[in-house]
Amino acid sequence: MMATVGFAIVAAGIVFSAIRAVSSPHLVQSVLWLACTLIAIAVIYLFLDATFLAAIQVILYAGGVITLMLFGVMLTDRKHDVTRDNPSHGQGLGLGISAAVFGLLSATLWRSALPAIGSTTAPSAEAIGASFLGPHLLAFEALSVLLLAAVLGAIVLARRSDP
Amino acid sequence: MTALSPFLFLSAALFCVGLFGVLTRRNAIGVLIAVELMANAVNLNFVAFSRLSGEADGHVFALFAIAVTVAEVAVGLAIVILLYRSRRSILTELASDMKG
Repeated sequence: MMATVGFAIVAAGIVFSAIRAVSSPHLVQSVLWLACTLIAIAVIYLFLDATFLAAIQVILYAGGVITLMLFGVMLTDRKHDVTRDNPSHGQGLGLGISAAVFGLLSATLWRSALPAIGSTTAPSAEAIGASFLGPHLLAFEALSVLLLAAVLGAIVLARRSDP
Repeated sequence: MTALSPFLFLSAALFCVGLFGVLTRRNAIGVLIAVELMANAVNLNFVAFSRLSGEADGHVFALFAIAVTVAEVAVGLAIVILLYRSRRSILTELASDMKG
């Protein structure tokens, strides 16, 4: 019962801060609302007993991605762009499309008979590591190549001289 | 919490909020923020279904997706900075013509 109430509060917080993140006129506020959303999602991971992923979520997303995005906002936008000139367009159409998608998804979820979470235990960090270096070794290696390519690509793109 | 569907409903709601942001934002960084929300909704689904089976595979997928998203943000922000250098603005409709 306590867990259900806690989940409802955190879920409402996630939806509220996500809506603020996509609708706030001030871009820095938008990034900070995104940080709230990401940390609340880490709490949801704790509800699912995924402690390792919750830690990774806080470190990588709330630490790394938010810092990167703040730097991006500060480096690119002139002051009046950040504070005032951050408009949205097609709000009605966008709202209609996303409401339709949500209706479709929730109707499907409502009609499908999902099994309850049984007595299975969530995998430990040790099991995740063994899985990464065992059956999913190719994904692990592909990931290392991807990260190297992303780092090099970001440097090459950002250092290119003015056209 | 023994039911799976609340997590899936939350994930669907988060995905649709992100979709709204992608469709309506004019600022390139705003679009990146909305894409992040959608990616997190996907991760939430991975972890919820992994809890159902008890295997580590779903967590591995989620970690893979997190790393891919972080790489995407790094490259995306580099592109945004490049766009700002050439246009002095990061509104997406100013970047709609090719070879400019």
